[in-house]
Amino acid sequence: MKTLRYDEYISIKLRELYTSFGYSLYSMSKFEEYDLYSKNKDFLISDYVITFTDTTGKLMALKPDVTLSIIKNTDIKESLIEKLCYNEKVYRVKREGDSFKEIMQTGLEAIGDIDSYTISEVLYLAMKSLNQISSNYNLDVSSMDIIKKALDVLPKSCDRSKLIKYIGNKSTHEIKSYLSSENIDESLYSPLVSLVSTSGKPSDIKAELEEIVSKIDAKAELDKLYNVIDEIKEENTRIDFSVILDPNYYNGIVFRGYVSEISESILSGGEYNNLMKRMNKKSKGVGFAVYLDSIDSLDTLEEYDFDYQIIYKKDSKELRKFVFSLQKDNKVYVAKEINTKIKVREVIEFKE
Amino acid sequence: MKPLITVALPKGRLGNEVCEKFKIAGYSMDETISDTRKLIFEDENLGVRFFWAKPSDVHVYVERGAADVGIIGKDILLEYEPDVYELLDLEIGKCKICVAAKEDFFDNKAKTLRVATKYKTIAKEYYMSKGRKIDIITLNGSIEIAPLLNLSDVIVDIVETGKTLKENNLVIVDKIIDVSARFIVNKSSYRFKEKEINKLKQALESRG
Repeated sequence: MKTLRYDEYISIKLRELYTSFGYSLYSMSKFEEYDLYSKNKDFLISDYVITFTDTTGKLMALKPDVTLSIIKNTDIKESLIEKLCYNEKVYRVKREGDSFKEIMQTGLEAIGDIDSYTISEVLYLAMKSLNQISSNYNLDVSSMDIIKKALDVLPKSCDRSKLIKYIGNKSTHEIKSYLSSENIDESLYSPLVSLVSTSGKPSDIKAELEEIVSKIDAKAELDKLYNVIDEIKEENTRIDFSVILDPNYYNGIVFRGYVSEISESILSGGEYNNLMKRMNKKSKGVGFAVYLDSIDSLDTLEEYDFDYQIIYKKDSKELRKFVFSLQKDNKVYVAKEINTKIKVREVIEFKE
Repeated sequence: MKPLITVALPKGRLGNEVCEKFKIAGYSMDETISDTRKLIFEDENLGVRFFWAKPSDVHVYVERGAADVGIIGKDILLEYEPDVYELLDLEIGKCKICVAAKEDFFDNKAKTLRVATKYKTIAKEYYMSKGRKIDIITLNGSIEIAPLLNLSDVIVDIVETGKTLKENNLVIVDKIIDVSARFIVNKSSYRFKEKEINKLKQALESRG
């Protein structure tokens, strides 16, 4: 019987999944001091934050993000790993020009002495999360370290933020056009162009990538990438260097998840050791978020709103008996007139 | 069954030029070009479906996944910054975004510059990079008239041949950027229809 919306159903399933791997549920207040976001504005998906003044005069914000709060409030010894999951509402603007939206977000964070096992566990859980939402899914994995090496061979005068935008849009023609206008030798930027235009199943593109990274001294980084995705279902994994997050916050492995029914990525995450450093934390961090607002349209749980619509002419003891016994195993809608606005499996006209 | 790729084509001359490219690459485009009433055209054998859209709406269809791919001017991409892949510069529909003004225009830097345009983002970024204080006046058409009626000091608009500017006694003050048609792709579609999308890309790429 359908009692939950699809996003609610998925959020419960995901929480079960994460807790089964030792991630404990982290609940938090809807508010946070605005200062936390103003210091890390670029980490947020959107610049806009709903703010208000608290009774103490402090400028507060309705949370636009969960990760920053978790990091701020988590203090652990370097040798340990804190595994946390959450299911929270966040408030932000999804697209430029839109108004604020309340967005249900679920996800997990592992903070502490992060090693390759923890990264692969997080990737595995990301993949399982996507599989929970749809059978036709893809987890696209990339390495910020490899991209960094490809950018490091370019002169410092090149506009990194412009290049990162072009990488994210897979615009190899723009990379070439910009760097040649800066009189950069093609041999310096050809590895970057090759990285951006090479994507696909890990085993299909391994030889190609090995050749590219040999030109930028990034073999160790590529080995790390292949190592952490080793145990993940090959058919649903792609390596794609257009998956790129802000290097001021993210390093190492980054990833995005897609399902075929939804036109945008519904999962995003990665290693954020640079963010940890910015927040004066000695430990490392890796995690991801699943954006449940976009999966609402994927309501495949039940075809009908109700199993039965029961139409009656007059109240009677028999009617109640019939309805209450039917309701034990079914979802029923009882009315005197037929309601055409609901989807029902069967309409029953109750006659004594 | 192979996946169907939906292509958003921009109405107008640019769209027709793109149709010609697809036609050379073996796609049957005759009906798409000639039938002005029909909205959607399907080539089942090649697994492609075309539809016409207002040029400034193409990115909306692609970003939201109603179309897998689309053809769009770089000016629209710069203005709206949709979250899509821009895989190819088609090198057709070439023009430039320029600042234009009346022939006797003098830029008094002590005053706020009044800029009439439909490209708010592009104009803002351009003047911000120059540290110039501006007042943006958003217009949706006939931008050239703004300086003539003293609504603005300058305009930021697309210039192809410069003929319209000349007819209105306007001159180019500065070129902001060269623009041309681009092949854009929905980021999710690319994951699930990569082979088919790359086939379309090659069709546009290799046949000149």
